[in-house]
Amino acid sequence: MIPAKFDYVRAGSAEEAISLIGEHGDEAKFLAGGHSLLPLMKLRLAQPTVLVDIGRLTDLSYIRDAGDHVAIGAMTRHMDVETSEMLAAELPLLAHAAGHVGDPQVRHRGTIGGSIAHADPASDLPATTLALGATYIAQGPNGTREIAAADFYQGFLTSALEADEILTEIRVPKMAGAGWSFQKFNRRAQDWAIVGVAAWYRDGASGVGLVNMGSVPVLATSVSAALAGGASAADAAEQAVAEAEPQGDLNASVEYRTHLAKVLVKRALIEAGAA
Amino acid sequence: MEISVTVNGVTHTNDVEPRMLLVQYIRETVGLTGTNVGCDTSSCGACSLHLNGEAVKSCTVLAVQADGADITTIEGMAAADGTLHPMQQAFMENHGLQCGYCTPGMVMAATSLLKENPSPTEREVRLGLEGNLCRCTGYHNIVQSVLAAAAK
Repeated sequence: MIPAKFDYVRAGSAEEAISLIGEHGDEAKFLAGGHSLLPLMKLRLAQPTVLVDIGRLTDLSYIRDAGDHVAIGAMTRHMDVETSEMLAAELPLLAHAAGHVGDPQVRHRGTIGGSIAHADPASDLPATTLALGATYIAQGPNGTREIAAADFYQGFLTSALEADEILTEIRVPKMAGAGWSFQKFNRRAQDWAIVGVAAWYRDGASGVGLVNMGSVPVLATSVSAALAGGASAADAAEQAVAEAEPQGDLNASVEYRTHLAKVLVKRALIEAGAA
Repeated sequence: MEISVTVNGVTHTNDVEPRMLLVQYIRETVGLTGTNVGCDTSSCGACSLHLNGEAVKSCTVLAVQADGADITTIEGMAAADGTLHPMQQAFMENHGLQCGYCTPGMVMAATSLLKENPSPTEREVRLGLEGNLCRCTGYHNIVQSVLAAAAK
């Protein structure tokens, strides 16, 4: 399958990328690693008329210790997140989850910023950074702004980014020794999760993100509220789908997804250290 | 758009359509057909090649994205005198192929894996090859081949 025709322009800087996307209007899309966008274009599920290639913006590929959080450049590849020693120490849940995206070949190309901007509820990193309370930095023609992960995901493949904004950085609070777990239930190693759970827990405080449990990645706040109120992991996990709106598809019915979410949240909470 | 790509040490400069896939460029423009197209949806790994030293799925990379890159395909693995790459030799000695369709992609993924992890465990080999499917289901000998190559 070959994508439909499009024009291709290459940006040399974030500023140039923003100006190019502004010039070409709504039918233009940023191309980062291309591992979400190109498959959609081959299937004609996306048909941008212009691609603005930001794949060479290497200055947006970095992982920096920024005190209470880690700042990750949007163009940082999954493989670099997965193998970062600093992330292994400060944000082991994120490094581990990055190692479960696709397969090694995909992780050599796909980027954390591309995955988040694509806003696929079935992807691992949107729900994981949501669970970790991340803030995303967007740059547009009028400067930069911060968007909380909890405000970012607005609908299926739809984010709070404006058409002329580019995601430049992901800021993730350090886990400071919190217990964590990443549960990904799928039928083949490289597949998207049928249901996934990213969770951390420390002294009653927690964050639980759900993968593929609705049209957006889900923050299971009812689970965290139950844990904070003293509920056991098993009882808190009963609240797993309170914020979710699971849909049925070829892999799972709504009932099966609901069941899986409760089971996986319970396993995740226990592995993360909740009693 | 004009691109310039080094494939197995030889530089090729061509005018390509932006929508041309890298695998199409390698097979149809450069004329190297060892890189196979399997699923065409970045699932099966048959089209794996090395882009700047790392395995990627060339059905999900545009040729224009590879402009300036150094590419190695299965044709570039053996030495000039025909001596097989140790991974190719290991696949031959361990019967790591049946129909052979997935083999170029398996060899490219496996060599990329050993570059990142020179002494993998069997489990690490299996995980490292998660992006490559063998429809003959000959995984056992493929894993043995990679372990044998790592031990050389």
